[in-house]
Amino acid sequence: MSNSIIRVESLHKSYVTGTNSLHVLKGIDLDIQQGEMVSIMGSSGSGKSTLLNILGILDNYDAGAYYLDGIRIERMSETRAAQYRNNYIGFIFQSFNLISFKNAMENVALPLYYKGVGRKKRNQIALEYLERLGLRDWADHLPSEMSGGQKQRVAIARALISKPKVILADEPTGALDSQTSLEVMDILKEVNDSGISIIIVTHENDIADRTQRVIRLKDGLIEINKKNGSFHKSSAETIVTP
Amino acid sequence: MLDYFEEIFSTLKQNKLRAIMTGFSVAWGIFMLIILLGSGKGLQNGMELNFRGSATNAIWINSGETSESFEGFRKGRRIQFTNEDYEVMKRELNGIDNISGRMYLYSSAPLTYKNEFGIYSITCVMPEYLGIEILDMKRGRFINKFDIDQTRKVIVLSQPIVDILFKEEDPIGKFIKVGSIQFQVVGIFQDYEQADAKKAFLPISTAQKVFNGGNRIRNLAVTTKSTSVEENKIIEDEIRTLLARRHRFAEEDSKALFIYNTLEHFKQAQGVFAGIRMFVWIIGIMTIIAGIVGVSNIMVILVKERTKEIGIRKAIGATPWSIIRLVLSESVFITAIAGFFGMLFGMGLLNLVNMVLVSVTAENPMVDRVFYNPSADFKVAVIATLVLVLAGLTAGFFPARKASAIKPIEALHDE
Repeated sequence: MSNSIIRVESLHKSYVTGTNSLHVLKGIDLDIQQGEMVSIMGSSGSGKSTLLNILGILDNYDAGAYYLDGIRIERMSETRAAQYRNNYIGFIFQSFNLISFKNAMENVALPLYYKGVGRKKRNQIALEYLERLGLRDWADHLPSEMSGGQKQRVAIARALISKPKVILADEPTGALDSQTSLEVMDILKEVNDSGISIIIVTHENDIADRTQRVIRLKDGLIEINKKNGSFHKSSAETIVTP
Repeated sequence: MLDYFEEIFSTLKQNKLRAIMTGFSVAWGIFMLIILLGSGKGLQNGMELNFRGSATNAIWINSGETSESFEGFRKGRRIQFTNEDYEVMKRELNGIDNISGRMYLYSSAPLTYKNEFGIYSITCVMPEYLGIEILDMKRGRFINKFDIDQTRKVIVLSQPIVDILFKEEDPIGKFIKVGSIQFQVVGIFQDYEQADAKKAFLPISTAQKVFNGGNRIRNLAVTTKSTSVEENKIIEDEIRTLLARRHRFAEEDSKALFIYNTLEHFKQAQGVFAGIRMFVWIIGIMTIIAGIVGVSNIMVILVKERTKEIGIRKAIGATPWSIIRLVLSESVFITAIAGFFGMLFGMGLLNLVNMVLVSVTAENPMVDRVFYNPSADFKVAVIATLVLVLAGLTAGFFPARKASAIKPIEALHDE
């Protein structure tokens, strides 16, 4: 319990557009332990992206509570939110979201820029991370000169460089072929082994199968929350019914 | 700091043409401002050149003929100043710095040296006259107190006369004939107002004695200790009262006494130019505002195009302030660089005009009385720079605020 890195209690979120109110999250309870690798699944419109945005402090929630590393995350100033993102969370996106006019090294080093790390030092650290991901030779290349797998690896390096506690991956393999997807999953597994929690939003079953726990959302509620038997020793299934 | 520039450069490189086009409008604004200010300055310099030959706080007093009868004297009486007027004014007037009487010798006294001679305007003055009319003493000295007291026969010549009469010879200490009397040359000067002026100065006491001047003085000139028009006007009135009392004419008689108050005219002219300068600044700033709107426009588009990138930056920890800084510094950079070039071109053009003017003036000396040395000085450059930075900040402000308000989630889905 004390080891939970992300804890969410009856989280509600609705989007108001004009007179319509769309209730997207209808009371989510979630507890993700430090070092866990969890996948969130669900059809489109199930609220998984919304949940991820809230977990990533990119969006606010309406009711409930969210604790990140024991700190209650509430409606806060954008500056504070940015600091939390910078210090606790690494993002990986489906479309990589690298900055097109910066080379691999500069892209990786960017979070450190916002941490106030000097240029020389952060570039050096960026090179180390690229090295770890086998992209040392691609440091000077622009994203447009790289393959999808390479770009995603750069993105992973960027997510890792600020030494986050959690990595939030939104369909990290969505734009990759199956071979590259496997490679990327292997890297994420390695990252996870180093103690960083990883939350992956995906709709691919074989990706979800490679995580320790699968959380399935449906219509804004957790439908299934079960440990992955193939992954973990304990195969105790926990089904949370709303 | 280096990081800033790198960020700015990498984005500007994306859109070179657009950056240049945007910059142009600002550069044009500054260019116009500098040209206008320089021209205003040129006109002012030309005007001030007209005053250069005289101390700006000089008061010139000439006598005339009375135009109304007064205390039993008929009108049309000529007013003649004498040494006594000089003495009384010197003694009784407060706030006076230099005072000198003047008389003139014309055709009655040609200057002769060896075989060369000429008729020039010869002014006979007191030593203090050097503080009233501004002369550039090239060599030797001006008339001094001993010359006056001992009625020495000395003369001060302008350079053009020296060139004509003495050719290559050194005139200092030489004797030259004024009319038929020998005078020793003690100094050489150049007239500021008119470089080719052929003028000579004698001690007034000597001239009165030698050339039958008696105690008569043609006119008087004083400089005051004050630089305010009001105080100078008061002194002017005191002079008028004093002389009216002494020579028995009505104070309000406008034909009996002519007083030219240099400071009054100088200040009036200066006032006009201050007005012109303000007008020019207003026009210039309006032009720059047009440039700012252009930059602002472009920055809005730029922010829109970079929505996704800004979203990414925010997701990985960029604070709103850092995004504002990103946009603002870009905007300031464009305006500052463009403005700098505008300023450079503006000043370059002014310099060019100045060079042309100098060559034109060589043939037609009247030109520099109208337009002389148009230039924008250091102060203007500093102010222009401040205006530019301010302009850049203003131009970037709204786009920057827009950028900082971008929501990362929306931005990231903005494909």
